Amino acid sequence: MKKWFAFGWFALGIASLVSPAQAQMLINGAGATFPYPIYSKWFEEYTRVDPEVRFNYQAIGSGGGIRQITERTVDFGATDGPMTDEQLKKAPGELFHIPTVLGAVVATYNLPGSPKLQFTGEVLADIFLGKVAKWNDEKIKALNPSANLPDQPIVVVHRSDGSGTTYIWVDYLSKVSKEWEQKVGRGTSVSWPVGLGGKGNEGVAGQVKNAPGSLGYVELAYAITNKLPAAAIKNQAGRFVEATIESTTSAASAAAKNMPADFRVSLTNPGGEDAYPIASFTWLLVYRDQPNEAKGRALAKFLWWAIHDGQKYPAALLYAPLPGPVVKQIEAKIKQITFSGKPLLAAQ
Amino acid sequence: MSNSATLQIGVGERPSPPPLASGIGRRRSGDRVFHGVVRAAVWIVILLAGGLVVALAWESAPAIRKFGWPFLIGSSWDPVAGSFGALPFIYGTVVSSLLALLIAAPLSLGAAIYLAEIAPFWVRPPIGFLIEMLAAVPSVVYGLWGVFVLVPWLREWVQPALGRWLGFLPLFQGPPYGVGMLAAGLILSIMIVPYITSVSREVLLAVPNAQREAALGLGATRWEATRIAVLRYGRSGLIGAVLLGLGRALGETMAVTMVIGNRPEISASLFAPGYTMASVIANEFTEATSDLYVSALVQIGLLLLGVTLVVNALARLLVWSVGGAIKRPAE
Repeated sequence: MKKWFAFGWFALGIASLVSPAQAQMLINGAGATFPYPIYSKWFEEYTRVDPEVRFNYQAIGSGGGIRQITERTVDFGATDGPMTDEQLKKAPGELFHIPTVLGAVVATYNLPGSPKLQFTGEVLADIFLGKVAKWNDEKIKALNPSANLPDQPIVVVHRSDGSGTTYIWVDYLSKVSKEWEQKVGRGTSVSWPVGLGGKGNEGVAGQVKNAPGSLGYVELAYAITNKLPAAAIKNQAGRFVEATIESTTSAASAAAKNMPADFRVSLTNPGGEDAYPIASFTWLLVYRDQPNEAKGRALAKFLWWAIHDGQKYPAALLYAPLPGPVVKQIEAKIKQITFSGKPLLAAQ
Repeated sequence: MSNSATLQIGVGERPSPPPLASGIGRRRSGDRVFHGVVRAAVWIVILLAGGLVVALAWESAPAIRKFGWPFLIGSSWDPVAGSFGALPFIYGTVVSSLLALLIAAPLSLGAAIYLAEIAPFWVRPPIGFLIEMLAAVPSVVYGLWGVFVLVPWLREWVQPALGRWLGFLPLFQGPPYGVGMLAAGLILSIMIVPYITSVSREVLLAVPNAQREAALGLGATRWEATRIAVLRYGRSGLIGAVLLGLGRALGETMAVTMVIGNRPEISASLFAPGYTMASVIANEFTEATSDLYVSALVQIGLLLLGVTLVVNALARLLVWSVGGAIKRPAE
């Protein structure tokens, strides 16, 4: 018996060591996996700005993030694809989409000699529809007259897991090809006309690396770190642009002029000379009217920090930072966050 | 999700202990507590299993109402259009598991017989240990090995050769992608070999020595003694071991999804990509945003539970019928 008492005291002692101090505030969030590395960097850096606030973020996927913020089981959600009108209606209050950083998706391939290739959106859509099935098809040749294209079938590789990356990719294909929009459409998972599914960026990249003649799509960050060949894509202005952090940010600058008030915007195929056409925001989801004053204020302050000082961290992690004009637009949004009608951030 | 652990895999007769004469005499308080605790344990397990089924059925109710029975035979899976059918996944799960069993069962039984009957005594522990080590390797590691070693090997060597010599069979037609049903079956077979081997080895070791001695004494050769006196004696246990492997194969998720190609299509060729029930849930659940989509995925989970239940029930029946067929001679 004595032993058990001793054990109990010991357990209590451990518990008091690991539980956070009373003074700290814990803000819970859940959602997208794609921005997880930059969010965890932010949460860590932010403890130096405000040591009283701790964040707990569960990267359970955009779908889970939307469900949890709708049920108010977390203080903020995160998503790679904007919520639909139907989903917004289900939420018990008005939800704000706050863009945080940008990501881009690139077409990567495995051909002898890794030639630099150029594509238009129409040709990419035809390849993913199965209409252009060989590498030496006239349509590809016309875009790449100097490349040595083999007489070999194109093995299309796509994501098998539902993902924001897929959403951005098929959103772009839907914009440039009517046929794609009608036959396949947009979604985090779609019914692919052709191709093999790889799990995660690493699954797609692994398949492309191993199988000669394959073509797939991966996140920009993944392509850069793994030195995968990435095709230049023709943008709306008619220029072939390679995916870089700068050309991804340009995609958002181009869209800033016609930014909808709720930021639920697709950035794919934007105007703008230097814009890479397959890019997207990733968003945090917060309620306009916060249920808890102290937490709401801490959250609003964090968001303000993230779109200003926080923007120096994304580039090192290969995300594209927000362009200046968009930051101005988001500032106005964050100022609208309230607690029972009172704004939580004083005018800055 | 290895869920066949309930299979009865012993060989010997199991005289159940006589019920305690509970009505007689004074029951000690310790007995009563013990009684209560073990009874509660049983009920908790039953409630957990029941709760699982209820929760799955509840969550999949919208999809069941919307699609009804055609869900089982539908073969389109289009989250954008909101039309869902489970047949390609059921097909992929069953075919990849059976393929695995076809490869793993003879291999494992051979290894078990060698380890239990033939191998010199000093090699038995290290080899047995190595085989059991295989069971401890996490499935994602098998998956990585599959992606980087098995799949390229299949694409460069095995599939072209099979296509060349056996290409007249519909089983071996189509372009050699490497990934596909064949890769999934192979990786599953490697994963279930340690289970089948170690359980069948235990079964064979449990066969009384008198069996072997009697057969040898009657002039049987080593192989005859093994076949007649040992394998036949342990038949029900050996079948149980194989079905334990099958149960594991049906529920395996990670390694399979990394090599099967993840394409919801039914094709006669083993070279073609496929998809399994466990894989589609793991792949699509996190980003499934519409309610119907989530519900359809949960219904796949319910179906998977159903399929494993049916397989386990069949296994039970098989073990019983085989066990009943050999009336053990009185010792």
